[in-house]
Amino acid sequence: MHDLAPSGLSFSAPSRRTLLRGIGGATLLGAGIPLLSACGGSGTAADPKTVSLGSNSSDAVPKKAFAEIYAAFTKKSGVKVDVNTKDHNTFQEQINSYLQGTPDDVFTWFAGYRMQFFASKKLATPIDDVWQKIGGNFPEAMKKLSKGEDGKYYFVPLYTYPWAVFYRKSVFAQHGYEVPTTWDAFVALCKRMQKDGLVPIAFGDKDAWPAMGTFDQINFRTNGYDFHVELMAGKASWTDAKVRKVFDHWTEILPYHQEGAVGRTWQDAAQTLVAKKAGMYLLGTFVGQQFTNKADLDDLDFFAFPEIDPQFGQDTVEAPTDGFMLSKAPKNKAGAAQLLEYLGTPEAEQIYLKSDPNVVAASTKADTSSYTPLQKKAYEMISGAKSLTQFMDRDSRPDFTSTVMQPALQNFVRNPKNVDSILSSIERQKKTIFASS
Amino acid sequence: MTATPAKVPETADEPTPGSAPTAKPAKVPHGHQRLLTRRDRLTLGLMAGVPTILHVALVWLTALASIALAFTTWDGIGFDSIRWVGLQNFRELFTNNPQFWPAVEHNVIWFVVLIVLPTPFGLFLAVQLDKKIRFSRVYQTAFFLPVVVSMAVIGFVWQLVYNPDTGLINSLIGANKPGHYIDWIGDPDLNLWAILVAASWRHAGYMMILYLAGLKSVDPALREASALDGANEWQTFKNVVFPTLRPTNTVVLVVTIIEALRAFDLVFVFNKGAQGTELLSILVTNNIIGESSRIGYGSAIAVVLLVISLAVIIPYLIATFRKERRA
Repeated sequence: MHDLAPSGLSFSAPSRRTLLRGIGGATLLGAGIPLLSACGGSGTAADPKTVSLGSNSSDAVPKKAFAEIYAAFTKKSGVKVDVNTKDHNTFQEQINSYLQGTPDDVFTWFAGYRMQFFASKKLATPIDDVWQKIGGNFPEAMKKLSKGEDGKYYFVPLYTYPWAVFYRKSVFAQHGYEVPTTWDAFVALCKRMQKDGLVPIAFGDKDAWPAMGTFDQINFRTNGYDFHVELMAGKASWTDAKVRKVFDHWTEILPYHQEGAVGRTWQDAAQTLVAKKAGMYLLGTFVGQQFTNKADLDDLDFFAFPEIDPQFGQDTVEAPTDGFMLSKAPKNKAGAAQLLEYLGTPEAEQIYLKSDPNVVAASTKADTSSYTPLQKKAYEMISGAKSLTQFMDRDSRPDFTSTVMQPALQNFVRNPKNVDSILSSIERQKKTIFASS
Repeated sequence: MTATPAKVPETADEPTPGSAPTAKPAKVPHGHQRLLTRRDRLTLGLMAGVPTILHVALVWLTALASIALAFTTWDGIGFDSIRWVGLQNFRELFTNNPQFWPAVEHNVIWFVVLIVLPTPFGLFLAVQLDKKIRFSRVYQTAFFLPVVVSMAVIGFVWQLVYNPDTGLINSLIGANKPGHYIDWIGDPDLNLWAILVAASWRHAGYMMILYLAGLKSVDPALREASALDGANEWQTFKNVVFPTLRPTNTVVLVVTIIEALRAFDLVFVFNKGAQGTELLSILVTNNIIGESSRIGYGSAIAVVLLVISLAVIIPYLIATFRKERRA
């Protein structure tokens, strides 16, 4: 997951291939894409001893971690896993045509709306039989995340990671700061940090998705989980007073955010936390990847986003979850089911976590004894949550979030005074997008 | 391309002296002499036919399909989910999309800037280099180098210059501290111009080479004549050299229009067309590429781009054909 953004979009600058495809897409004017890409996928004939698997884990650490899981599975069952790894950006951009063509039996994907979307388009096979065997390994919130809109299971979660406010213990100790649990304490802390010459909240929104995380946190703290779901599903209105309240809170803390956020990547923003120039940073636990020095990483800690409305407390946690799905017509369905069952075991999760300590297991049965303190805290935060959200672009239509919300939030971050016109513009665009299918 | 072989039988019809004995064999009832064997015709047919089919399928059909799709909504999954919505995409685009008008404006700005700044500068460089000064080859190479590099790479290189926290400019002038912070990439009043500097940097070299080629074809006798008439350097350039560059100017204009309309890669690498750098090509890509795409809507934007391109291309073609007819 190293380069896999919580939004599912790319963190890093686009690869040359992505670019070329972008240009190709623009010149083909769209029409040619489904026709041309229908030839992807694996062409292996049905072999009962092989399961093909399409993977977006193209980065070294997760790729190796996954390979170890598949090797363990082959050793146990005698079924070979034929992995077809694609660059994660490419994988996401082509997922549409990939699933319509001849996809691999099993493929990596994300929980939430993005999974439900392909399930409702009949591009995935329900796996209720698999869940009968693995169901006991997962908490209720994970079960909810793995179901399609029709109530059937479509997804096997592997790992998850929470979003929270990160800080350095040494900085807090040096200035005598305390972890804020309420909004007022949070704002007061920001003010103090500014006086102490720190950037209170590191922020980089060049890739356009990090601001969505801030919105999500303020939104479900202000209005609760149910409103988050309604809003993401396109049911609640963006011109509602509740949404306006979210932006009012955001406007209040925006002056304490790092200046020039729209021109900065999340990696650069994280570096200001590493360098102790910033006091806090709201992001997913993958921020730890930027702490390359072991001593710095040990100094890293986090707290849940402070409470805004006591009615909702801190009971919602944003925890994007990654896992696996079964394609529409798997060639080796029995083998694929066997693999999915294995992927749903605590054993498989532990193999993964050994190589990639920036995330935590989706299963409650996985052994947490080898967890780092940060992982343990993340695990507790997730297992103690009443509701789990995914991320704005995993809980809502990606076409809405990428073409409307990303530019709108960047606009807001630059001109918080324009909030009313931004919100009515979002609402108008939302109506047409959600009405279209 | 079929023009030349087609002429052969026609010219053979005329009773030319050299071809008298075989001119009109009685076996051919239509009066056409078959100079081409069956095989030749097959080859010609394939040579003309295959490219035609490819061209029609890959250029015309996709363009027409995209025009048709502009009046539909489609998420790209299965052809049965295509739904006809009439002009709704365009209505949405013109009235509701906060990025559309800025994108049109930026494409226009892109063209105006390229034609006003780097193009004359390229001409200036070409005129200087044409004077056979020392190390002329070295300068030529230096200015042309950016043209050889791909736009994507130029984007990466200039990001290192513009990065607000660690970039060259802000580090030099100390504009990366809170309070006096210059956000070259994120500030909508700055970023388009920042990118245009990078685009101009490349474009000037391109224009220089085109003009250099044009200048090489200027007859030295003309310069000599104007020198004899007592014209100074500027007068020679203005009244003698520049007018002979007319064909080059046409090429330059066309190339610059194309550059402005297809502007994409540099911006995509720079900041993906965020606030202040929206371009039509980027809006098309954002709407079409991805997991649940708005192909109908994206096509509508592509159609707007197509219409703008046609508005530029058609007058050019008319002018060209008119000139050919006169010639």
